[in-house]
Amino acid sequence: MMLVWLIGIPLLGGVLAWAAARVHPRASQVLSIAALGIDLCLALWLRGSHVQALTQSGAWIAQVQWPWIPRMGISVHLAMDGLSLLLVVLTLFLGIMSVAVSSSDVRDRPGFFHLNVLWSISAMIAVFMALDLFLFYVAWELMLVPMYFIIALWGSENRIRAAVKFFVFTQASSLFLLIAILGLYFVHGNATGNYSFDYAALLHTALSHRAGVWLMLGFFLAFAVKLGVFPFHGWLPDAYGEAPLAGSILLAGVMAKTGAYGLIRFCLPLFPQASNSFSLAAMILGAAAIVYGALMALGQTDLKRLIAYTSVSHMGFVLLGIYVWGQLSLQGVVLQMISHGITAGALFMIAAGLEKRIGTRDITRYGGLWHVTPRLGGITLVFALALMGLPGLGTFVGEVLILLDTFRLSIPLAVIPIAGTVFAVVYSLWMVQRIFMGESAPRPHIADCRGRELLSLGIMAALIVWLGVYPKPFLDTSAPAVTELRQSAPEARPVITSPRELLARGLP
Amino acid sequence: MLNCLWIVIALPLAGFALLALAGSRMPGRLCALVGAGTVGISAALALAMGVSFAVSPPEGRQFTQTLWSWMSVPPFSPEVSLRLDPLSLVSVCVILVVAFLIMLYSSEFMSGDEGYSRFFSYMDLFVAAMLVLVLANDLVFLYLGWEGVGLCSFLLIGFWYKVPKNVVAARKAFLVTRVGDAALLAGIFLVVNKLGTLSIPEVLSRAAVSWPANSGAANAAAALFAVGAAAKSAQIPLHVWLPDAMAGPSPVSALIHAATMVTAGVYLVARLHPLFTLSPQVLFGVAIVGAVTLLAAGLAALAQRDIKRILAYSTMSQIGYMFLALGVGAFSAAEFHFVVHAFFKSLLFLGAGAVIRGLNQEHDIFKMGGLRRAMPGTFWTFAIGVCSLCALPLVTAGFYSKDLILSSALAAHQGGIWLWLAGVIGAFITTLYAFRMLFAVFFGEVRTQVSKGSGRNMTLALVVLSLFSVIAGFCQMPSGLGGVSLFADFLAPTLPQVREGVGRLQGSLSLVAAIVPLVGIMVAWTMYLHRPRFLQGYARLPALAAVHGFAKQGFGFDALYDYCFVKPVVYLSRVNRRDVSIAYVGAISRVAEALHYLLSMTQTGRVRWYAAGVGIGAVVLIGIGVLL
Repeated sequence: MMLVWLIGIPLLGGVLAWAAARVHPRASQVLSIAALGIDLCLALWLRGSHVQALTQSGAWIAQVQWPWIPRMGISVHLAMDGLSLLLVVLTLFLGIMSVAVSSSDVRDRPGFFHLNVLWSISAMIAVFMALDLFLFYVAWELMLVPMYFIIALWGSENRIRAAVKFFVFTQASSLFLLIAILGLYFVHGNATGNYSFDYAALLHTALSHRAGVWLMLGFFLAFAVKLGVFPFHGWLPDAYGEAPLAGSILLAGVMAKTGAYGLIRFCLPLFPQASNSFSLAAMILGAAAIVYGALMALGQTDLKRLIAYTSVSHMGFVLLGIYVWGQLSLQGVVLQMISHGITAGALFMIAAGLEKRIGTRDITRYGGLWHVTPRLGGITLVFALALMGLPGLGTFVGEVLILLDTFRLSIPLAVIPIAGTVFAVVYSLWMVQRIFMGESAPRPHIADCRGRELLSLGIMAALIVWLGVYPKPFLDTSAPAVTELRQSAPEARPVITSPRELLARGLP
Repeated sequence: MLNCLWIVIALPLAGFALLALAGSRMPGRLCALVGAGTVGISAALALAMGVSFAVSPPEGRQFTQTLWSWMSVPPFSPEVSLRLDPLSLVSVCVILVVAFLIMLYSSEFMSGDEGYSRFFSYMDLFVAAMLVLVLANDLVFLYLGWEGVGLCSFLLIGFWYKVPKNVVAARKAFLVTRVGDAALLAGIFLVVNKLGTLSIPEVLSRAAVSWPANSGAANAAAALFAVGAAAKSAQIPLHVWLPDAMAGPSPVSALIHAATMVTAGVYLVARLHPLFTLSPQVLFGVAIVGAVTLLAAGLAALAQRDIKRILAYSTMSQIGYMFLALGVGAFSAAEFHFVVHAFFKSLLFLGAGAVIRGLNQEHDIFKMGGLRRAMPGTFWTFAIGVCSLCALPLVTAGFYSKDLILSSALAAHQGGIWLWLAGVIGAFITTLYAFRMLFAVFFGEVRTQVSKGSGRNMTLALVVLSLFSVIAGFCQMPSGLGGVSLFADFLAPTLPQVREGVGRLQGSLSLVAAIVPLVGIMVAWTMYLHRPRFLQGYARLPALAAVHGFAKQGFGFDALYDYCFVKPVVYLSRVNRRDVSIAYVGAISRVAEALHYLLSMTQTGRVRWYAAGVGIGAVVLIGIGVLL
């Protein structure tokens, strides 16, 4: 029941916030934060009260299942394990942050804006908890619509183009997901006579290799587009770049993670053999994305597009880690997702703050800002270091776990991403230096960050340090879920022993 | 007493946190007090622990303190754990004492700078990270310190961030060392993958058991660690960052780029020496790299005019000696030279800083001159530093440490006359460039007037360091001269004893090595002070001028890397700014538009065309129906 409330509170809060905007624009913001705050407390309470369940392997923290359309085997099946919990908490945290910091750039229709933000958050939470594939698909589609409006109505100059691109890309890929879900439903139903969309029922469906590969590719495509996997990231720089601040934070911080979550929860466990034969290609895509995204970030002059490309690079790590499918790598993926959500969110906040101060996102027109905004500079430095995976910050933990497991699997595969970490130094440090160092034009009227901006960035900086220094609570939360997922699909773990074999296997 | 180990790191870290959060609102004196004070207390604590360690050594002459488990995903479970043994104890004491003296000096040197509190916060963070590096008992925790010092080096090289040159130098330093860090990380992965542990003593003992000497795994691991060490310690070919790193303030050069961080590579090899002894080839490679670096860097130093660049190349050269010692298996000789070098080189950098500050940011030694009278305190301490650097026999610490390296290079199993010869020639070059610098700066005619003298704190630091530069040598003397071996004995449980050569040949060769600096001084005096015309005549020859220019540019490594790596990457990222990999998106929309255009062309509004279309369509459909 708690799980329904988790989804329902933002839904309800959105409507209330919409109504409240008629009274006062600020009221709508306050109400939104309150709704998300209550939701966050609820999620944390779930974590607190079910510590016992977390320590037992494979135990769901909470579950709820009601029939919805029983004739077709569709039910409202929500469940939460450690993985979902962490992602829900991340969603709510970033949701609060994005609402809190985006008051100034939303002068137009604030009520409708908050409605969209809260509803997209609600849909994302549903995605993280749905265990019925039909329900999952509904939630998956529902999170698009509010996000489309957020980009199209409150974005910057090229917002319409970006919003259309975003919508077409994700919508087209979702179609493949729908076809694949239906395909799996019918294959399973024909074989067993039990037509059901339920995750548990579909989990060990016997599939021919051919059917498995095609269905798996349908799932993969939809999730890869959301994750922004190279070369399916076509929509990503535009959407991240043109969206308003709240949109960018939610897109990079949370929506990308729905893709990773989909892969972990559905794609690999449902099609372990097919995934196994595809894993080499996926891992190569991930490794390529790490280097390619870094290289692209190096060439960007638009700060938000630069951050978008660093996301491509970081999601490369996530993809790599998922397909390595080891305890280390998956735990690394979880930590990488959380750290990246916080880092990317904070960097977009910084970018928005800079745009407000200087009036442009063109990084070549910044420079020498440190002596007017030392606090902003210091905070930016922290997150730039998180981007490059400095030990002591959260991203290092994620990256080192993923890389180590990749290394255990195949040394040649690990070489490229390890080399990629050198590129990360260049783009992250160069970014800080181009903004804050060098000679400065006289800019007398720039204020350093303070108040709400300082508070939210400070909290995020503290979190990234916490993740880097003492990640144990996070790892412990996700460990049983990861163990359970791996046990349900042990075949998905690829076996690669030597470069020669790697060549002999070829691409599937 | 030893349980206070964590406090040694926590104090500077707390100082950093305080200065970073509230430094901008604190008065300057308080910033210096917090910055230097935390390090000072840490130093006192470390010395006290050293005494307690020496008086009543803990069991097994080592002490481990585990603070918490960093991340635990079996089989990967790095721990935040500290280890005190003779090796780390010596390093910690040297680091903290030198750091405290340098911060004392900085409190005066940096006064009036707008980034005063920022400077001390970075320095505190650096000290904490360096201590983590040295004290870590776990490879991943060591990596944290390793990267942390790299970060602080970056921040402090680019401390005066308004000058674009400094910013570029900072980035270059981080990037080049990061290449080595990637190798180090790969080495750590290899070790944890094969040996299943990250705890350093455990790694070493398991490696000795399960890896035969010269096995592939041992070679690979040692080679990866060696690359990491070479990058951090600015050894050829990964040295290119160090000369540019002199863009930072002089105390930074003294602390980070002379005394502590750049010698981290030496420490790493010494710390992991049982692993390296399993791979004689890699160890020999280390010795060769050291020998080449000490010669090449010495020659490059001879061609520089910027006083800090001379010292930078000198640092590379001296670390080359340490690498040479490591390579021949004389680990405690390397550690001894690290200690002595930390004192005299930071002394030289601080002296150079005082001169530069006194002459209003003048770096060119040939625009200085005659400062002997104007800055007597700086002159005498600097001269002591130069003598120690040149290993002036008997009276300087540098003599004892360098002599130990040379004699063990000769005597060691893997050594040989060639390595010894490289060291001796290097010593000759060292004397040339060091006295060239001393003569140009402090002798001859006065070219620039001193505008600012050094005060109490700066002079105190210089005096104390020059004292150490003399007396630090007396704890380890060769068998021919008293045969004191306090240092090596203290380190003995951690590092193996140095094999010293005995016999007539060795004895006479040692005598040669001892005389070389004296000859060098005479040559330098003749060339640079007594008859400068002599040299100027040769300098006009085009061939020699070309060689001189080549050496001044650091033998063209910068240009090579620029051409091979930097330019292609920058070019690629510039050219591909629009991202070709997603060009297909535009292609899809263009195809759709073209189809739309084709279809809309049929909508002409002319009835005849429509009628014709309907007619043809009907015929085709009927035709198909009839045919099938």
